[in-house]
Amino acid sequence: MGSQHLDFTANVTEALADRQLRANFKSALTGLMKKRVAVLPDAAERERMRDDAEAAKRKALAKLPELLERLERRCTENGIIVHWAETTAEANEIILGIMRSHDATKLVKGKSMVSEEMHLNHFLESHGIEALETDLGEFIIQLNHEPPSHIIVPAVHKNRQQVGRIFADNLEGIPYTDVVEELNAIARKTLREKFRTGHVGLSGVNFAVAETGTLVLVENEGNGRMCTTVPPVHVAVMGLEKVVESLSDLPPLLRLLTASATGQLVTTYVNCITSPRKDGERDGPKEIHLVILDNGRSKMLADAQLRRTLQCIRCGTCLNHCPVYIRIGGHAYGSVYPGPIGKILTPQIDGLADKGVLATASSLCNACEEVCPVRIPIPGIIRRMRTEAYDEKGDGVVKGHGAKKNLLETLVWKGWELTYRIPALNRFVVSMLGRFGDKLPNVGPLKAWTSVRTAPRFASKSLHQLAKEEGIRHE
Amino acid sequence: MAHTFTYPRDVKTVYYFGTCLVDMSFPQAGMAGIHLLRRAGVEVVFPQEQSCCGQPAYNSGFLEEARAVARAQIKAFSRADWPIVVPSGSCAGMMRHHYPEMFANDPEYFDVRKFSERVFELGDFLHNALHVRYEDKGKPVKVTWHSSCHAMREMGATAAAKALIGQLSNVELVEIEREYECCGFGGTFSIKQPEISAAMVADKIEDIRATGASAILSGDCGCLMNIGGAMEHKGVPVAPRHLAEFIWERING
Repeated sequence: MGSQHLDFTANVTEALADRQLRANFKSALTGLMKKRVAVLPDAAERERMRDDAEAAKRKALAKLPELLERLERRCTENGIIVHWAETTAEANEIILGIMRSHDATKLVKGKSMVSEEMHLNHFLESHGIEALETDLGEFIIQLNHEPPSHIIVPAVHKNRQQVGRIFADNLEGIPYTDVVEELNAIARKTLREKFRTGHVGLSGVNFAVAETGTLVLVENEGNGRMCTTVPPVHVAVMGLEKVVESLSDLPPLLRLLTASATGQLVTTYVNCITSPRKDGERDGPKEIHLVILDNGRSKMLADAQLRRTLQCIRCGTCLNHCPVYIRIGGHAYGSVYPGPIGKILTPQIDGLADKGVLATASSLCNACEEVCPVRIPIPGIIRRMRTEAYDEKGDGVVKGHGAKKNLLETLVWKGWELTYRIPALNRFVVSMLGRFGDKLPNVGPLKAWTSVRTAPRFASKSLHQLAKEEGIRHE
Repeated sequence: MAHTFTYPRDVKTVYYFGTCLVDMSFPQAGMAGIHLLRRAGVEVVFPQEQSCCGQPAYNSGFLEEARAVARAQIKAFSRADWPIVVPSGSCAGMMRHHYPEMFANDPEYFDVRKFSERVFELGDFLHNALHVRYEDKGKPVKVTWHSSCHAMREMGATAAAKALIGQLSNVELVEIEREYECCGFGGTFSIKQPEISAAMVADKIEDIRATGASAILSGDCGCLMNIGGAMEHKGVPVAPRHLAEFIWERING
């Protein structure tokens, strides 16, 4: 998707016109917001946990190279084979190599956003390998040939009637139903067969613990555990920011991850994977691979502000609380990571030329920052993306910095600066607006404004004038 | 962001920063704020060199221009160390929280921080620093309240505003659904992403209409210009009013 052209405006127009889509998002996300508050009712306790979770992630990022080396050492000692990939292409090749070395043609997948980032399914299919999503939401949208619209609840844009239709249209011998229990049973029956015949299982990683070499994976459906235990080979993929130092870092992170993501105290499954099947053990994969992906992350790590993007634990609560995401949904962003986190992550991965527009889709309301379990200063980094997009000073570091630089906007803001820096000029401009402001031509920004609003009015006397006339002391 | 401010005691004089939007389009709201402060026994000083906090450029990616304008404000309010009261949570949040960020690596950082610590949102200052008491002289009326995102999340000023409204005995405050949600203004956001902004303000208007209130109060003229302009465009008969102007009218009958 990195190289695909994103027509964000067209996507927004289409999404806003889709009443069903907007209703589905509003209803699902309002529910998730309520569940989060219900499971974290004590604000003081919640803030303490956020402090701890933020500290655990920032501490890990501060010594990330050391922790990654320790993770590799421990995993290797435990019998997990570690691979490093600088790009998504390298990561894809590594997984293809593993599949081929086992003559494997069927991959069963647990939910993994990094695999979405790699466009792994598409890559494997082009090499004759079937990649089957087994997370219920992912399964639904894969049947319908769609990408996820949310990082936690990928089919959140579909209601149960739409899901019933997708099943009836795409699964053999399945009649239409919109009864949730029946839909679940259909998916379960279809997927069980796939688990049984899958050659390799793939999963993501929520946290990788450096001190023990443990891969922690949370999930609710059990499909994750099936993928990591039933097939003879398990491949885990993770971004390099997933490492934490020790097991004692996990409690606040796990607690906040599930509370923020789905409003749960704990998920149904918390998988801690430390080694492949040992001699004498009766189940578990015989071989485990861990693929650690960079894809621009080490560049983020090198900058003190951008580094904080890497604190993300992919809970998706910033999406749930974002007034923009709620209205346009995930697909409009045309990117693997939508919503507030996507507005800072995607331009850094794909570049400001292609994806810088995403950073304009924020009113900077700070709702995301208010709920982020690890306190990522998302609005501040959105501003940084905007600043880098123009790169006035020429010191930008994000891919595609300066891509939006243009003479018109530069001149407009220079004029703005003069108007608000020089008092005499300010007085003149404000008095001109007071006299002629209602005669401004309805073009450009004013036209955008008046599409749904009346034009702003300008007072005949400014506050400066009124204060002076009333004898308010001016120094 | 921390909302625990230390409020000055025995305030005799304050600076007033009117904001560019109030200056151009809502000067009566600005004057009402000055009147409320003077009524509380405080002398108000309005430096004539003041203009804009710089937020439009800061939020749009033009940091150098924002810094130049911010420096001009810091200079205009430098002759005394009086509190700086602002009839906008958004502009106050900019000066309180973002000025130190903008100058974090500059020699003037520590001076900027001292400036920022003097900045207060008007309603918050009236309630928590001046402990004002109001007697309502108006007719019974039902109103609703919209907090700007920055008044709420950067300045923590929502409770103070509601407490002030609560002092007005003939005013019934009905809270809107999704009160926490942005109205879609967002400064240049409203013109860079007009369709999303329009969808947000349309929903906000529906929530306002559902309260049955005859006026929507806010401490921020940016939101009021957005919501009010959209309501007027759609013919929704709810009056957008700045909190200061509303209170000033109520207590003067």
